[in-house]
Amino acid sequence: MSQTAVVHPQRRPSFSPGDAIFAGAVRIAGILVLVILSAIIISLFVGGLPAFRAFGAGFLTDTDWDPVKQIFGAAVPIYGTLITAVLAIVLAVPLAFGTAFYLTELAPNWFRRPIGTAVELLAAVPSIIYGMWGFFVIVPIMGNYVQPFFIDTLGDIPVIGALFQGPPFGTGILTSALILAIMILPFIAATMRDVFLTVPPVFKEAAYGVGCTTWEVMRSIVLPYTRVSVVGGIMLGLGRALGETMAVTFVIGNTNRISTSLFGPGNTIASIVALEFPESPAGSLKLSSLLALGFLLFVISFIVLAISRLLLRTKVKS
Amino acid sequence: MTLQNTTQAKANVGQMEARSVSALNQPRIAIKGLDFFYGSNRALKGITLNLPEKQVTGMIGPSGCGKSTLLRVLNRMYDLYPGQRAEGEVMMDGENVIAPGVDLNQLRSRIGMVFQKPTPFPMSIYENIAFGVKLHEKLSKSQMDERVEWSLSRAALWGEVKDRLNSSAMGLSGGQQQRLCIARTIATRPEVILLDEPTSALDPISTLKIEELIDELKHEFTIAIVTHNMQQAARCADQVAFFYIGELIEVGTATQMFTAPREKRTQEYITGRFG
Amino acid sequence: MSAFLAAGRMPGGARDSRVAGQLSRRRGRYNLIAKILCILATLVGLIFLAAILGTLFWLGFGGLHLSVFSQVTKPPGSGGGLLNAIIGSLIQTVIGTAIGTPIGLMVGTYLAEYAHGSMLGNAVRFVSDVLLSAPSILIGLFVYQIFVAPFGGFSGWAGCIALAVIVIPIVVRTTEDMLQLIPTALREAAVALGAPKWKSIVFICYRAALNGIATGVLLAIARVAGETAPLLFTSLGNLNWSVDMSQPMSSLPVTIYQYAGSPFDDWVQLAWVGALLITFGVLALNILARLVLRTRN
Repeated sequence: MSQTAVVHPQRRPSFSPGDAIFAGAVRIAGILVLVILSAIIISLFVGGLPAFRAFGAGFLTDTDWDPVKQIFGAAVPIYGTLITAVLAIVLAVPLAFGTAFYLTELAPNWFRRPIGTAVELLAAVPSIIYGMWGFFVIVPIMGNYVQPFFIDTLGDIPVIGALFQGPPFGTGILTSALILAIMILPFIAATMRDVFLTVPPVFKEAAYGVGCTTWEVMRSIVLPYTRVSVVGGIMLGLGRALGETMAVTFVIGNTNRISTSLFGPGNTIASIVALEFPESPAGSLKLSSLLALGFLLFVISFIVLAISRLLLRTKVKS
Repeated sequence: MTLQNTTQAKANVGQMEARSVSALNQPRIAIKGLDFFYGSNRALKGITLNLPEKQVTGMIGPSGCGKSTLLRVLNRMYDLYPGQRAEGEVMMDGENVIAPGVDLNQLRSRIGMVFQKPTPFPMSIYENIAFGVKLHEKLSKSQMDERVEWSLSRAALWGEVKDRLNSSAMGLSGGQQQRLCIARTIATRPEVILLDEPTSALDPISTLKIEELIDELKHEFTIAIVTHNMQQAARCADQVAFFYIGELIEVGTATQMFTAPREKRTQEYITGRFG
Repeated sequence: MSAFLAAGRMPGGARDSRVAGQLSRRRGRYNLIAKILCILATLVGLIFLAAILGTLFWLGFGGLHLSVFSQVTKPPGSGGGLLNAIIGSLIQTVIGTAIGTPIGLMVGTYLAEYAHGSMLGNAVRFVSDVLLSAPSILIGLFVYQIFVAPFGGFSGWAGCIALAVIVIPIVVRTTEDMLQLIPTALREAAVALGAPKWKSIVFICYRAALNGIATGVLLAIARVAGETAPLLFTSLGNLNWSVDMSQPMSSLPVTIYQYAGSPFDDWVQLAWVGALLITFGVLALNILARLVLRTRN
C-alpha cells in the first residue's frame, strides 16, 4: 500500500470519509473484544466479592461446602479441577503424539486427509455428548471391570495401593480424566501435527542422509525443533480440560471430598457451578461463592492459555 | 528406454572407457541405464555414468535438468516420497543400491550428503558430529572426542569452534554451518560424499573455503558435486558431466569439457548461451 | 588451514561392519516398535470416535419417530417430542451467530488490515485467542451477571448473547487468517485503481476470502449449536412451547442434560435421540465447512 503511494503520489486515494468510518468501526470492534474480557473478569470478581469478604484467604483452603451452615470453601473443587486436568494430560499426550507422528510421517498420503478429518471430528463432538456417553458406556465398564481389577491387583500394595482403593462406583476422578483425555486428544494432536509440518523437509532429509530411521528423525530432529510449540499445544489442551463442564459433571461423582483414591468421587469448579447454580438464589452467599469459584477458574485457565499462546506464537515468528 | 537413449548411453560408455585410461580412476560407483520417475513423469532418461574413486565429479546443467535428482537416487533419498521410483543399475561394491532390500540406514552412512542450505541439527556443535557417528558405531568418550576433533579439523572448522563445542550449532554463521555439515558427513566415514550446490547460499569467502576443502577431501573420499557455477566445476572437478532435460549429454575430464566439448549444447551452456 | 588438515587420516581404523550391522538391526527394531505404538495411538482415537457414533446410533436411532419433531416435551410417561428444544436451539444459534459474526468479521479485519503490529492489535489478537479456548461456562456466568440478574431473569436473548460471545473469537481467527492469505498484489491493484481502502477490503478482499470466512462461520455455528454450559445460566431451558425471546427458552443440549440425568426411561430415550440429532448435525456442519474451504483450491 504505502509503496504504491510512494511510487505514484498523484494516485494516492483522496481522503474518503468512508475510510475513516470503516477504520474507526473495525477498531472499536477490536476494543470491544478487550472490553468483553475485562467485563468477564470484573463481573465474576464483583459477584464473588461477598464470598471473598466473608471467608478471606481461607476460601482457597477450606474444604467445607455446607449450605446449611453457610460455609463455603474452594479447596476441593480447585483440587479436583487440577488433578483431573493433569491426569487427562498424562493420558492424552502420548496418544496425541502418536497420532501426530502417524499423520505426519507414517500414514500413506491418500490416508492422511480422512484420518486427519476423523481426528478433527472427534474435537467437534459436543461436550454434553461426551458426558452422556461417558455416563452410560464408560462408567459401567469402569465400575464392573477396570476398577475392580485394579482394586484387587494394586489396592493392597503399600503406598501406591492408596490410589486404587474404595468401592468401584465407576464414576470418580480417573473416569473424569479419561473422558477429558479423549476430548482434548484431538486438540493436542492437531496442534502437534501442524507444528511438525513446519519443520523444513531439508532438515529431515539431512538426518535421513546420515542414516537415521524415521523414529530417530522424529526424536532427535523434529521434536527438538518444535518442542516450544509442542509444549504450547499441551498447555492448550490443559486449558481446555480445566474448564470443561458437561463431560465432567456426568462422571465425576459430584462429592465435595478430597479422596486419595483415583476411583474416589470428587468435583471440579465447573461441575460444582453447573450443579449448585439452580439451588442458589440471587443475592445469596452461595451464589457469590460460585461466582468466586468462576473467578478462580478464569484466573487459572487464563494463565494456562496465555502461556500456551506465547509458546505457540514465538515459534511462528522464528 | 528408447533406441536413441540406448545409443546415447553406449556412446557415453565408450567415451568413459577411452578417458579412464588417461586421467580418471577406477569407478567407485557405476550407474548404468538409470531411469527415474516422479509419478509418471520421467525425470532421468537412461543415465550411464561412472564416479571415479577418490576424484571429484562435477554435475552441471540448467535448473530442472535432473542433476540433483541423480544425487538423490544415489543415497535413496527419494524413498522418503511416495510416487518416486528409480529403475536401472547403481552398482557399488557389487551391489545394486537401488534394488529393494538394501539397508537404507547403512547405505546412507556409506554415502554422505551435504545440502544446498546448511542444515545444522538442533543440538550442540559436538552433538551434531557425534549424532551421526553414534548411529553406526560404538565409541568410548575419548574415541568420540578424537573423532569430533578429527572431522572438525578436516572441515577446517576446529580452530573456530574448539572453545565452544557445547554451544548450539544454530549460532554459527552460514559458512560455518555448512562446514559443520561437511564435518558431520565425513565423521561417519562415508565412502562417497554427495554435495548438492553446497556453496550457492554462501558468501564468496566461505565458498572459497569449501572449494579448498573439497580439494583436500578427494584424497580420501569419492565426491560428486552439483553446481550452477562453471568456475567452481572447472576448479574442483576431475570429471564433468553435463545434463539437459533428464539426459546425460556429455561427460569427460574437466579439461576436455571446458576446452573442447564435443556437443554443441554443452558448448552453448558452458559459454552462457542458455541455462 | 593446512595446519588443521594435518590432523591426518581417520582415527580408529576401518569401520567395523559387524557393529554397524548390530546397531542397525537394533535401531530398526526400535523404529518398528515406535511405528506400531503410533499406529495403535491413532487407532485408539478412531475407536473412541466410532464407539461414540455407534452408541448414538444404537440407542438413538430406535427412538427417532416423527413425533420427536412434531411434539413438544411432555412429563415423563406421556410421550412427547423435542420440537420446542429443536426450535429453541435453532433460534438461539441463528441469532447468536448473527450477532457474533459481524463483530468477529470486523475484529478480524482490524487485525489483518489495520493493526500492523500495534500494541492494541497484539492485545486484541491475544485476548481473542484466549477467549477462543476460555471455559464456556464462565461466559454463561458472565452473561448471567451482566444481563440476566439485573434485567429481569432468564431469557432467550441472554442465551443468544452468551453464544454470540463464543462465536466472536472463532470468526476473528478464520477471518484474520484468510485475509492474510490474500496476496498484497491484489490489494495494491485495487488501490492503484483509486479505490478507497475500505472499498478494496469489502469488495475485493472479502470476496477473495469468502470461502474461508464462510468456513469460519460454519465452524462457529457447529460449536455453539452443541454448547450446554453457557445456556444453563442464561436461557435456562423451558419444558413448554415458547418462542418468546424474553422468556426462558428450551434448547437441545440443555434438554439432553436434563433428560439424560433423569430416572425416567422414556426421557433417557429422548435424550439419546436428541444426542444423535445434535451430534450428526454438528459433524455434518464440520464436514460441510471443510468442503467449502476445499472448493477454493
